[in-house]
Amino acid sequence: MDFFTSLMSTSVYEGLVYGFVAIGVYFTFRVLSFPDLTVDGSFPLGGAVAAVLIINGSDPWLATLAALAVGICAGLGTSLLNTKLRINALLAGILMMVALYSINLMIMGRSNIPLLREVTIFDQVAQVLGMRADINLSIIVTVVLSVIALFVLNWFLHTEIGLALRATGDNEQMVRGLGVNTDMTTILGVSLSNGLVALSGALVAQNQGFSDLGMGIGMIVMGLASVIIGEGIFRPRKITTILLAVIGGTFAYRLFVGIALRLGLPPTNLKLITAVLVIIALAIPYIQKKLRHEWVPPAVRM
Amino acid sequence: MSKNNSLLQIREVSKIFSRGTVDEVRALDNINLDVNSEDFITVIGSNGAGKTTLLNIVAGVYPPERGGKVIINGNDITNIGEYKHARYVGRVYQDPHIGTAAKMTVEENLAMAIMRGKPRGLRLATSRQRRELSSTVLAPLGLGLENRLNTLVGTLSGGQRQALALVMATISKPAILLLDEHIATLDPKTAQLVLELSEVIVTQEKMTTLMVTHNMELALRYGNRLIMMHEGRIVVDMNQEQKANLTVNDLVIAFERASGSKFADDSILLHHN
Repeated sequence: MDFFTSLMSTSVYEGLVYGFVAIGVYFTFRVLSFPDLTVDGSFPLGGAVAAVLIINGSDPWLATLAALAVGICAGLGTSLLNTKLRINALLAGILMMVALYSINLMIMGRSNIPLLREVTIFDQVAQVLGMRADINLSIIVTVVLSVIALFVLNWFLHTEIGLALRATGDNEQMVRGLGVNTDMTTILGVSLSNGLVALSGALVAQNQGFSDLGMGIGMIVMGLASVIIGEGIFRPRKITTILLAVIGGTFAYRLFVGIALRLGLPPTNLKLITAVLVIIALAIPYIQKKLRHEWVPPAVRM
Repeated sequence: MSKNNSLLQIREVSKIFSRGTVDEVRALDNINLDVNSEDFITVIGSNGAGKTTLLNIVAGVYPPERGGKVIINGNDITNIGEYKHARYVGRVYQDPHIGTAAKMTVEENLAMAIMRGKPRGLRLATSRQRRELSSTVLAPLGLGLENRLNTLVGTLSGGQRQALALVMATISKPAILLLDEHIATLDPKTAQLVLELSEVIVTQEKMTTLMVTHNMELALRYGNRLIMMHEGRIVVDMNQEQKANLTVNDLVIAFERASGSKFADDSILLHHN
């Protein structure tokens, strides 16, 4: 069953590496109720920063950390637009995303940077473990990083600040009434989210052997699809299980995509299929209510 | 103002909405109010009288017009920002959904209330000590919530959520408690329960309280002082003795005399039964 194992291992790796994006999206969309579209820009930003640092001789781990830090800055930008200039969250994210397109091009200097001959974190780990830099190694690296990230995030979301952050998305008026500076928690959450997304971009770029200006297109929809699938399959209720469910959802999404591609779906149709998937998932609750003759208010515009 | 020992002082507070447009509303018109420590004041008035605006200003949701002042325990808190008011002010809203966070557990909600106005750090928010405190304050409610600390608040009934909101508003003993028509949306039985709980907590904890209500009967029965608002002003202010033997009818007459207008809010009169 070579076909099956390769499909599974690819999905596991992708589920984990894009799981960071999904957790980032979960953080903004679900925890903070802040629909942040910066993601499409901060994902290639992570790839760009890591790639440029690596080809200039920097340590790949340092480059990866730098990508995380720069991603945090991107999120900082979006959340400051929203909290300090009172720009609508969606628009703030779009503005940042568009700005990042130019910024990413400036950082990279061209639209694609190959990393095939450079030493990445995957090569370094392969050397230490004495194994080939193949898919198994990719899985080992991403499993370790994901476990660390999940552990830290799970702990953080149960701390006093983490609780305040979750409450900000749940009931902003209440939590402000309890003495939480909701501007600060929003800034913190959106920054952290984009840090995770950029980290994912840095890992993906190093694993695939290049950083590309267009590699973030549709990332937000993909992350949202993963979150929705994870919630749909696992129906998690507590934070710990939610985090695991989001990773599980990313894995399931990647598995669907892998199967579809192997069945002959042209890769160019992938984003269309993903968009349709998210549209269906978002429309189902409305259609269900309509069938029960319930009244549903019009969608929010701004 | 100099030899004033009031817990809460409201000085020359006005609030104008939609200034400079045809919709300009003077929601509060030069309010002055001294609230003494352990006062339990009921606030009544028709729709648009400014009751909620007054509470919003005390809670810091928005600042008053320039020149107005809000002083609690000698600290001028007029312009410090809403989240900083939390140290001094606990509030229960009309809608139970506003006072509690649905996607978090009972324990997490209370943990946030215990941290009211304190700096938040990277300690775990729930601890055994906080859990015990939560159980102790929930047990007297008689709703069994002390055994449901891990339940998501969104699965509780409106009455249970409002009772929880009340506990959350008072658990860290803020200087002043604001009850903003907090039983108006509950069914009669639950409303009665929450009202009784409020009185018990206010009396036991000696909370200084402002309770806005639409119900004149309640306004007379509860508290040691009653104020009535009309068109952004306080038109009636009665102490314990003055309101002791009053009926709703007396109150209507007092209102008409003070405001110079006919009492015309059916919703208030209809509550009287």
